[in-house]
Amino acid sequence: MTNEQIPAQGQAVKTAEVDGALEPGQTPAEVTPPSRSNQLLRDIVGGNAMISVLAVVLALLIGGILIAFTNKDVQAASGYFFSRPTDTLKAIWDAVAGAYSALFQGSIYNFRRPGFADGIRPLTETLTFATPLIVSGLGIALAFRVGMFNIGGRGQMLVAAGAAGYVGFAWPLPYGIHLLVAVIVGMMAGAVWGGIAGLLKARTGAHEVIVTIMLNYVGFYLISFLLRTQGALQAPGSNNPKSPGMLPTAVFPDLFGPKYNLHLGFVLALIATVWVWYIINRSKLGFQFRAVGENPNAARVAGINVKNIYVYAMLISGALVGLAGVAQVLGTVTTGFTEGIDAGIGFDAITVALLGRSRPFGVLIAGILFGALKAGGYSMQAAESVPIDIVLVVQSLIVLFIAAPPLVRTIFRLPIPGVAAITRAAKVSGKKAVVTK
Amino acid sequence: MSVATSTPVIPSSAPVVLEKAVVRNWKPPIALGIFAIIGLLLFVAFGREGITTFRLSTDSDLIQLPALQLDVTVMSIVVTILLFLLAAWSAFLAYRAAKTPTWVIGLFAFLFLLAFLTWAAAGATIPVPGLLVGAVALSAPLIFGALSGVISERVGVVNIAIEGQLLAGAFASALVASFTGQPILGLLAATIAGVLVSFVLAAFAIKYIVDQVIVGVVLNVLVIGLTSFLFSTLLAPNAALLNTPPRFPRLPIPLLGEIPIIGPVLFRQTIIVYVMYIAVAVVWFALFKTRWGLRLRSVGEHPQAADTVGINVNRTRFWNVSLAGAIAGFGGAYFTLGSVGAFNKEMTAGAGFIALAAVIFGRWDPIRATLAALLFGFASNLQSVLSIVGSPVPSQFMLMLPYLVTIFAVAGLVGQVRGPAAAGKPYIKS
Repeated sequence: MTNEQIPAQGQAVKTAEVDGALEPGQTPAEVTPPSRSNQLLRDIVGGNAMISVLAVVLALLIGGILIAFTNKDVQAASGYFFSRPTDTLKAIWDAVAGAYSALFQGSIYNFRRPGFADGIRPLTETLTFATPLIVSGLGIALAFRVGMFNIGGRGQMLVAAGAAGYVGFAWPLPYGIHLLVAVIVGMMAGAVWGGIAGLLKARTGAHEVIVTIMLNYVGFYLISFLLRTQGALQAPGSNNPKSPGMLPTAVFPDLFGPKYNLHLGFVLALIATVWVWYIINRSKLGFQFRAVGENPNAARVAGINVKNIYVYAMLISGALVGLAGVAQVLGTVTTGFTEGIDAGIGFDAITVALLGRSRPFGVLIAGILFGALKAGGYSMQAAESVPIDIVLVVQSLIVLFIAAPPLVRTIFRLPIPGVAAITRAAKVSGKKAVVTK
Repeated sequence: MSVATSTPVIPSSAPVVLEKAVVRNWKPPIALGIFAIIGLLLFVAFGREGITTFRLSTDSDLIQLPALQLDVTVMSIVVTILLFLLAAWSAFLAYRAAKTPTWVIGLFAFLFLLAFLTWAAAGATIPVPGLLVGAVALSAPLIFGALSGVISERVGVVNIAIEGQLLAGAFASALVASFTGQPILGLLAATIAGVLVSFVLAAFAIKYIVDQVIVGVVLNVLVIGLTSFLFSTLLAPNAALLNTPPRFPRLPIPLLGEIPIIGPVLFRQTIIVYVMYIAVAVVWFALFKTRWGLRLRSVGEHPQAADTVGINVNRTRFWNVSLAGAIAGFGGAYFTLGSVGAFNKEMTAGAGFIALAAVIFGRWDPIRATLAALLFGFASNLQSVLSIVGSPVPSQFMLMLPYLVTIFAVAGLVGQVRGPAAAGKPYIKS
């Protein structure tokens, strides 16, 4: 029921030659004349760079209103607004500008630090935060393209983190091999956790949304149990539900030295992006994925084994989401993990995949954007005591606005492209017909 | 094949033999068999000894029932044998291409549960009314959420935003109830908050034709972010003024509340739970017995046909999705006014997703979805009761149980579910 829409999106998007998320000029001109509903969908999905930029601006604007509204100085100054309105305006400006400059300095470049090497540190933080978002977003996006909705990111990440973490601290292996084995074991654990949902859907028809939601909880309690069991994941001699630290041989090496947190995981994320792009757009398997995603019945008639495709898709999706869990334990938090290691990334990944319109390079850009918001959000919380939750608001608003270009056009009074005008006219006349009933 | 020429075929010339298709569904016996083996392993292989007492009445009850005492060893063996017999009978029925009756599955579940409780609490006492009272209370928000999901999906709009509607309801009710001191106003605010979330869902899904799953997921994030942000900036610093809502007291219904077991469980609850009973009945009746329900379902199944007979599809969808939001928002008030008493960040903790699972588990039927939600409520309360009693199973596995059971049930018993045909598809008038 729920997932039939998503592949349609992928389809609409596929017509664009460039696989970037926010490419302008994605005119559906070279495509065969589609039906009116498709045209509208394409118009909505296609969007253009202007809409995307305006969506971000609009989201930040609403975020700014929230920040100003809840700021103490603004509240104090607004108490005597009518006697000295400039005070209120100044307080609003200070609050919002302060917050957003902290956001920028925490995510891209810190001007307060001397020298480029220190100033650029926030950008590497952004990429560190983006790493798990990108890989898990790729996993969710791949499932979307096959018409499946993988809400099980949390469970897949936790199980993968547990497996990779166990290998990371319990199996002493030589440099290189240890890391490789840990990554592979972690991804396999994620693949199994995702594959269960695919297998059950294929063999018994169980709805993957239910199964993945349920597996989230099963995975969470499983890891939570293992973290409290001596000999499993709990640190020896400890009572805390926390694992021991990773052995140095299993840790992702830092890319730019110990001064920055950015680790090899980001390179893996880039490789994964290209690999997923290849799988979806250039391989036979990917062709089958897209065929099943667009119309499982037609795919079956064409001789594709739809059931197997569901299983393969969930295996790959789970492995990618699992890689996010691996990157967390072997790259970001190497001193031992708790049951909160997933840090909500499994759900963030859904928004990343949606913002990236289920295309690999779109997901890459969306992941970096969300990574920037996350990194900047923490510095905003520290510097201006604006709660990090504002980032969630801004993120969701961005996705909402980008998904609904007509709304953004209405707000900014942009001209409606020709295609949309026709459909709009049709819609208006349709409404009239109902009214006269 | 012999009639290859162009002679007209006379319809009644040859007797038509209709071959009856034999459909053997092996899923129920397999599922039951697996559970019977689990029972064998748990109750017999890891058998425990002692006497388990089931207390059936509370001290305040008018009619006192004697406590039930069961010997663990005897119960384990008897029930395991019965479980295998039921599984075998189900297999026999499947072989005969007959359906396993629902009551067999129900009896199986009841026996398994009874044996499990006896086994897990060996040597201790289980307060049965307490267990069930908590179960009903914990399932209240899930049931409201599931009703919201049923209405919304039946009218053709996938409602992933149940979580957001519940959370918005919880937030608004805490804020308004503590500011005004009136829990009833809190309920009203919760309803309005749920409707507002639904308005966004409906506007984006129906007017702007954005994918309904996308809007739902994003709305959840938006509501979580918004309520957490406002909680940190407004509610937490001014907790005394804004986050200490009065809670609804338990209102025992005279007479009905004195029925043994059922009385305390069903009729000594808060007003939110009583509204829930009415809501389930009303939604069921309205969906299947009224013109409104017929229109609603037709819009969700075949919008073109509904449009042809003069139903305004998008208007029907808009207002019914709003209604669904109102129901979920009302249920969200339970978190603050019915149980905890104060709002906290992300306090719904995935209840909306469980409600969504209950909708699918209950096959888009209000009564079945309610039962599924009750199952989840029961299982989570069972865990807390057993952890007090001291069960040999680690609490994490007890917590895992409802989710595992759901996976089994969905894979083994429900199988290929088919939702409303047009759910998730926007309707564009052509």
